[in-house]
Amino acid sequence: MTADIKCDDMTITYQRPDAFTDAHTHYCPGCTHGVAHRLLAEALDELNLREKTILVAPVGCAVFIADYFELDGCIAAHGRAPAMATGIKRVQPDKVVVTYQGDGDLASIGAAEVMHAAVRGENITIVFINNAIYGMTGGQMAPTSIIGQKTTSSPQGRSVVQSGHPIQMSELLAGLAGSAYVVRRSLHDAANIRKAKKAILTALKVQQAGLGFSLVELLSTCPTNWGLSPMDSLAWVKTHMLPIYPVGDFKVADGVKEVMRDGVRSNS
Amino acid sequence: MTKQLLKGNVAIAEAAVRAGLEAYFGYPITPQTELLEHLSARMPELGRVFLQAESEVAAINMLYGALSTGARAMTSSSSPGFSLMQEGLSYIAASDIPGVVVDVMRGGPGLGNILPSQGDYFQVTRSAGHGDYRPIVLAPASVQEAIDFTVLAFDLAEQYRHLVIIALDGLIGQMMEPAELPPMRDINTHRPDWALTGAEGRPKRMISSLYLQAEAQEAVNRRTQARLKIISENETRWIEYMTDDADYLLVGYGSAGRIAYSAVQSARRDGLKVGLLRPQTLWPFPSERLHELAGQVRGCLVVEMNAGQMLDDVRLAVNGRVAVDFFGRMGGIVPMPDEILGAIQQMQHERI
Ligand SMILES: Cc1ncc(C[n+]2csc(CCOP(=O)(O)OP(=O)(O)O)c2C)c(N)n1
Ligand code: SF4
Repeated sequence: MTADIKCDDMTITYQRPDAFTDAHTHYCPGCTHGVAHRLLAEALDELNLREKTILVAPVGCAVFIADYFELDGCIAAHGRAPAMATGIKRVQPDKVVVTYQGDGDLASIGAAEVMHAAVRGENITIVFINNAIYGMTGGQMAPTSIIGQKTTSSPQGRSVVQSGHPIQMSELLAGLAGSAYVVRRSLHDAANIRKAKKAILTALKVQQAGLGFSLVELLSTCPTNWGLSPMDSLAWVKTHMLPIYPVGDFKVADGVKEVMRDGVRSNS
Repeated sequence: MTKQLLKGNVAIAEAAVRAGLEAYFGYPITPQTELLEHLSARMPELGRVFLQAESEVAAINMLYGALSTGARAMTSSSSPGFSLMQEGLSYIAASDIPGVVVDVMRGGPGLGNILPSQGDYFQVTRSAGHGDYRPIVLAPASVQEAIDFTVLAFDLAEQYRHLVIIALDGLIGQMMEPAELPPMRDINTHRPDWALTGAEGRPKRMISSLYLQAEAQEAVNRRTQARLKIISENETRWIEYMTDDADYLLVGYGSAGRIAYSAVQSARRDGLKVGLLRPQTLWPFPSERLHELAGQVRGCLVVEMNAGQMLDDVRLAVNGRVAVDFFGRMGGIVPMPDEILGAIQQMQHERI
């Protein structure tokens, strides 16, 4: 239709990854769920995994994630994605199985399932979105909410006496022998986003190499329920979340470094 | 094949293996545990998947995952564990995928005890999970029937893409009887056209139970109801014993049904014309046949190992045509044929 536009001297610098559908996402403006989706899609493309990956959606704002990806997908019950992924992976060990879960989903109601998936060294990859709040249900306190954080279910601010301390899932999971690769990254600026992408690539390679449980925690924003602008939200991640949730590699098991250096055979 | 002495739980496990079970996920609980233990040895031996889950919640969701790939898979539990599976059962049912779950019922409510019971009748027949559907429920009354129903469960589940529950009281799970196992079937490696296998060279597939639009959800529910109607027209199963000339009708399933059978024999020896209807499917329930028989007898006596749960279904079916009495024992107590006979005699007295 636009054949008369001359484009010989143009090069494509940005396009939709093959792993994405052309559906519009439903995320709020400025929400970094979209950034995390993009990173996962690019990583799947780069590793040529689109046709062998099964994506397990959580219950939370990302419940529709499988609609946005051109992959086979399903929606687990709230918190049970690692169990569902286990069932899928055990029957089809040659497939790549990825769950994408929020912090209410993974760190609260699904704490047992993620813990035991790691205990078993389940060869799956988890993208864990930590936005310190329950987004989908309208901004209630999550186990990751920080001390003093005001939410719709902690209007006076989260108190230690009432609700204990924020849960550091990556540090916790890294202590389990079955964990092969457990890292935390942040989505609050471009440099950190690039590092997050690398981590997702590594986690997928870890699964391809059969090394065991891999999880990438991503510090993410929820402008809507934090009551902040998108820019202020990014700043809040840096000022309020990073001190409690430092980025870092909490578990890099033997063999992972080789995978990072050499990559893996794409059809392993 | 020849008969061998088999414990109910082991018989179900081995029947499932022979029916081509590819994956099992479960959590220990008495009086179901032998089922899990048998599979923990057999499945790895055959290169198949066995996994002891961290909880029944995890087990049912692992099952959901395995079923989503089109594999023959199952889980099993007993009452408290079955309660924990409710959400997962509902997701499986809502996703239109075949699934088989065994509930070896024990005394309740609460932690209750590990003795035989039929206290989960409401739970298994009314939906087994939240929402608006019913699973197919098979209720074996012997070890042989437990074997046969296990094979049948997989076939029905796949034929209708529906959830099938095998509900047995702990007595059937625990007792040993001579029974014949089915021949070994090959694993069906064919994957149906809805299975999640990776979108290689084909459009993507989704397994979901989420329908945010009311109209879409209602359309799905209507489709489910239409399927349930077909199932109830074709898959209602029951056994009758001496109903032709019966003046009184006993209705019981599982162990209670089997004990009622002995009571019919004693009654007949005493010259009382008693017959038995034993539902083999608790859903779909043999309501039509019961309604017919109600027109012929002077009274019905429902026998259960609970406070009267199937009783509701019998009353609905009989619809006032004849009086419906109840005899039940609870807490893990198994009714005796003499007690049932006594109840029949009393009914006869009252309903001359
Ligand atoms: C068993 C169950 N309990 C509660 C809910 C309600 N619920 C839906 S999403 C959600 C919280 C999601 O929060 P999170 O995992 O942090 O993801 P986010 O929305 O922030 O991305 C809750 C509690 C549910 N769907 N199922
Ligand atoms: S509610 Fe929060 S987490 Fe959910 S889409 Fe909106 S900004 Fe993102």
